[in-house]
Amino acid sequence: MTESIRRADAPLNKNDLAALVAGDIREGSFVNLGIGQPTTVSNYLSPQQRVTLHTENGMLGMGPEAHGEDVDPDLINAGKVPVTELPGAAYFHHADSFAMMRGGHLDVCVLGAFQVSVGGDLANWSTGAPDAIPAVGGAMDLAIGAKETWVMMTLFAKDGTCKLVDELTFPATGVNCVTRVYTPDAVFVLGDGQVAVRETFGVDADDLAQRMGMPLTAVA
Amino acid sequence: MSTTFVESTAQAVECVRDGDTVLIGGFGAAGQPVELIEALMARDVSGLTVVNNNAGNGTTGLAALIGAGKVAKMICSFPRQHDSQIFDAAYRSGQVELELVPQGTLAERIRAGGAGIGGFFTPTGYGTALAEGKETRVIDGRGYVLEAPLVADVALVKALRADELGNLIYRKTARNFGPIMCTAAAHAIVQVSEVVPVGSIDPEIVVTPYIYVDTVVTVPHPATPASA
Repeated sequence: MTESIRRADAPLNKNDLAALVAGDIREGSFVNLGIGQPTTVSNYLSPQQRVTLHTENGMLGMGPEAHGEDVDPDLINAGKVPVTELPGAAYFHHADSFAMMRGGHLDVCVLGAFQVSVGGDLANWSTGAPDAIPAVGGAMDLAIGAKETWVMMTLFAKDGTCKLVDELTFPATGVNCVTRVYTPDAVFVLGDGQVAVRETFGVDADDLAQRMGMPLTAVA
Repeated sequence: MSTTFVESTAQAVECVRDGDTVLIGGFGAAGQPVELIEALMARDVSGLTVVNNNAGNGTTGLAALIGAGKVAKMICSFPRQHDSQIFDAAYRSGQVELELVPQGTLAERIRAGGAGIGGFFTPTGYGTALAEGKETRVIDGRGYVLEAPLVADVALVKALRADELGNLIYRKTARNFGPIMCTAAAHAIVQVSEVVPVGSIDPEIVVTPYIYVDTVVTVPHPATPASA
């Protein structure tokens, strides 16, 4: 069954991965890109897509990162990086910003992850280390707020263990919230407790299933 | 009670007492009322509970307040940052207690506090460690966590401009927690870059109506510039 899965020759680099995610965002969507690596997705959105970016600290219509004279200390994104405003932008306070998020008004949010479970549970806020100072920010609101939560991550941790797991071993950020997982090795679609592979990069689906230690199906 | 306009930041924070709960606006440096925090630093108060998205950066502002031993408890969403060393040390030594709250829940608890709401069920945090010990409920098939409103004795907020009644407008993403914090404090203290005559802020664009504003002080050139 996995023979029908599209396969590219090589694993994706970070830029290719960001471009792939960007290309999958439907025209006219309202999108939150969290902080860190997922924010690079914005570099690959085309004007024709008419995507509106939301940032948790109270803005719709966020533009690209600001440089030089355009830097304004009062205009930053969730990662506290100076950004710009696009024509038609709007500002609002924090309670409204998170109401927008929790209320299901955003179409997609893209987040990083330590682990994602087969059931769509997400872990990205704490490694659970006993001496760590906990910090959650907007991660839990984002995870459960948007209509769809997509994860961008490496498929394997530095020690080689698979980050797509049967059950989380890291503390959960949200349960049953992730619908897609984008990795350099493959794109996965989650649902009904199943892991379906949409396409692979530099590896056969059967070999990948073996490395991951879990059954994979093709996207229906 | 009408809004009081004072000459100095020192006068503005005179009402703060030992053990008060203090809401402090700002998300990172944007909207942080640095001059009001510095005035609070100069006050001989202790045992404060401070509510802010973060727990201070570098060695100034909120970080300095924590470093000076005036803060007993932080309620925030994201204390750990690359330059939060003062909080980190105070937390690890047991000097400061931490109540960690997801950011949207923090904002909604403040909003609820100001709006007279006795609590709310939110899907955020359901099934996670931050919901442990809290009442949960499944509503229409979805899990929710009961969260309590958050009210305070004092709010320290930075806005761009007030009129002579105390109506406020903010600037860009520096607005963040300011409007909700003004509603949830018994005494909302606001620093603005300028005060303008009544009628010169279009009523359609007033963000915080003056009913929520108790004290206004003008800081024409704040540390984080709010140039219009």
